[in-house]
Amino acid sequence: MLLAVVVNRMAVALLTLAGVAVVVFVLLRVVPGDPIAMMISPGASAADIAALKAHYGLDAPLLTQFWIWTKGVVAGDFGTSITLHVYVTEVLASRLPATLELAISALVVAIALGGGVAVAGTLLRRTAGETVIDGLNSILLAVPDFIWALALVLLFAVAIPVLPLTGRIDPALAEGFATKFYLAESILTGRLAVAGNILSHMTMPTLALALPLAAVIVRLLKQSLKEAMVQDYVLLARIKGFRELRLVLQEALRNAVGPTLALTGVQFTFLIGGTVIVERIFAYPGIGNLAIDAVINRDFPLIQGLVLLFGLIFILINIGVDLTVATLNPRLRHA
Amino acid sequence: MFNVTRRQAFAAGGGLIAGLLAPRRFAAAAAGNTLNIAYNVNLPSFDPDVGPSSVNPTIQAIYRSIFDQYIGQKPNLSFEPGLLTGWGWNNDKTKVWMDVRPNVVWHDGTPFTPEDVVWTIKREADPKGGNMVSFVWASLGNFKVDGQRISADVVNYDPTIFKWMAFLAGYVLPKAYYEKVGPQGFEKKPIGTGPYMVDAYEGNAYLRLKANPKYWGGKPAFETVVFKFVPDATSRVAEIESGSSDVTLEVPYEEFDRLKSKAGIRGVCTPISDIGMIFITNVEPMLDKNVRLAMCHAVDKQTIIKRLLRGYGVAIDTLEAPEYDAYDPSIKVPHDPALAQKLLAASGYSKEKPVKFTIQTTRGYKPKDYEMIQAIVGMWRNVGIDANIEVYEIAKHFELRMSHKLAPAAFYNWGNAIGDPTCSTGFAMFSKSPHSAWHSDDLDAKIGPFWAEKDEKKRIQGWKEVDRYIAEQGYVLPILQYAQPILYKSDLKVTPNVSGALQPATLVAKA
Repeated sequence: MLLAVVVNRMAVALLTLAGVAVVVFVLLRVVPGDPIAMMISPGASAADIAALKAHYGLDAPLLTQFWIWTKGVVAGDFGTSITLHVYVTEVLASRLPATLELAISALVVAIALGGGVAVAGTLLRRTAGETVIDGLNSILLAVPDFIWALALVLLFAVAIPVLPLTGRIDPALAEGFATKFYLAESILTGRLAVAGNILSHMTMPTLALALPLAAVIVRLLKQSLKEAMVQDYVLLARIKGFRELRLVLQEALRNAVGPTLALTGVQFTFLIGGTVIVERIFAYPGIGNLAIDAVINRDFPLIQGLVLLFGLIFILINIGVDLTVATLNPRLRHA
Repeated sequence: MFNVTRRQAFAAGGGLIAGLLAPRRFAAAAAGNTLNIAYNVNLPSFDPDVGPSSVNPTIQAIYRSIFDQYIGQKPNLSFEPGLLTGWGWNNDKTKVWMDVRPNVVWHDGTPFTPEDVVWTIKREADPKGGNMVSFVWASLGNFKVDGQRISADVVNYDPTIFKWMAFLAGYVLPKAYYEKVGPQGFEKKPIGTGPYMVDAYEGNAYLRLKANPKYWGGKPAFETVVFKFVPDATSRVAEIESGSSDVTLEVPYEEFDRLKSKAGIRGVCTPISDIGMIFITNVEPMLDKNVRLAMCHAVDKQTIIKRLLRGYGVAIDTLEAPEYDAYDPSIKVPHDPALAQKLLAASGYSKEKPVKFTIQTTRGYKPKDYEMIQAIVGMWRNVGIDANIEVYEIAKHFELRMSHKLAPAAFYNWGNAIGDPTCSTGFAMFSKSPHSAWHSDDLDAKIGPFWAEKDEKKRIQGWKEVDRYIAEQGYVLPILQYAQPILYKSDLKVTPNVSGALQPATLVAKA
């Protein structure tokens, strides 16, 4: 049953990606900004411009260009980046791990922070503590990730300079990696000093991405917990003499977590979108930072590859969330 | 299953904590033999001769660290021997000769030869090769090598050919190595003859360079140079303020003024070969000379520089900056609002009945670009010009300019690091150039004879006359020459470069 759902979702995902591919390909060629116009020299003649267009395969009719690109994509060849001079697949494969490590770290921090504060807010309900938590959470909700990024820069890189500001790792330590998953690899191979250096570089971008998501989690989970805490089964447990913390964690949380989990999944896709600006501010070498350069330079093959990759990530996350929610909730599993 | 003893757990925890605290330790180490530069742009490609990066002036400092140009350039834009120790034309300028520096080796230890020079020029001249100025290199042909001397026929006489050898896309690459590894292999492991060798690179993060011990110009001052790619200006300010980087550049002028007097930090801000200008397109209402001249006379450039750029910049009246070969200080277009009003009145315009048009500008692409245009539009309004501001992306500017569809007025910046008038007035104003906005036969007739003028004095004088004519006709509105702010730790000495290329090998030293 679950397998059929997965197969069905994957088929829809392929159709969605095909649609994304068409839209991005056409849009790039319709919106102003010709990559050739950006690179021609002052004295270039019409023949020079034509030669450059031919060099980058932009002289063929639109349909022909699309056919060539589609054939390549199906065969796993996304073309060569105009600005980087390397295969798009190679660039994406080398940059994606950095973004994944950052996004997953931010997700973990957001869940831990948001979950913890939501539980605390539930325990402190109808007290001054709850008001303080709600007030602080409203501020967290109102401030976008890039503002957090700038605030963290001022706080931890200038006022109290305890954290490195830019990059993913100290350049002096960036050696001996077999994969591009620097954090995971350094932990698994026991290079904990290197892992610590990577974590120190990731702290600020992770917090900038995690804080707004944590605020969403707090608001939703706290509300769900509040509703669960007045249900009969919680009342029964309370009569049995369970402590308040146990009531929240053991009785209420399991039933309240479903909606939060679903929303967190959706918000995670926004978080990955947020890496574009945050990676830029912290000079973090992920696909977000890469995307900005690609757009500025009108690097068509790279933009097309990036959009497809972002599309694929979003689809996979949504499928993953649906499956997780279904697994946790028997009613949905059999629906 | 892992079996971890208490001792191992303590050791692992200690390592993690040491790692977390390590950044400050590395920052302190920067004062030794490592130079950390918070650089304002990313390095997309290692090929300095092909593709969009090759004509990007902002990354030339990096290319000049790894590669050598045919001809070198001093910080004041004058030329000096590079990989060529001598060069010139024959008397009738039908042939050129180039003497190649002996005893130079590539980073992989193989000898640099005249064949590398010939191969590079041929590669650059190939119109299908992706070099942005292939027409320049194609002006030479039929190369002959005799010892260290290369001679070639002049196919099309270009008086700037040797200047281009010190300019964009003018770097010599290793023939044998490039042919062996191919373009993609070269991107992964580039080699040059320059003062630094590529040690590690992570796109959008950093480039680590190691000193080339066999460099023909002597070993550089720093053993290691790290270019951190920090495009966000706020982050660059934080990098230098926190001590994480030793040098940074292109920070907002307000931040430059704040930080340059701070303990441990010094600053230098001098004019560079980059100017701000307003293109005028030959469409209505710009076909009216009175309107064009009124636009020019209404703008108070000094006030703009003083108020918006905190005094950092030089007002200009032609497209030639003071350091350029054809700069003529006698050409003046003074700020004269009364004259502007008089000119407009002659064409039937006044403050009550203003002439209307659109001006396009970028926003945030150059320092205070949008604010500058806002100020100019305000000045215009005071004399009877009602301009509507349209903000566009730089990519759109290029496309519109190439297709000659810019608005009647369009703000842009223009670099010319070799200071030759063909690369400023010439390409910006000659109608055959894809980058020009004003197209008219009278101007083309003035410019035409000087493209291939063989008498250098006559050529430069001719361009000065062209500049004077353009100023008299109001075919373009030059505004200012930009200044480049550089902040650095006080234990360093930085020499500013008029070209804007902050080369660590020659321009940054220990104080």
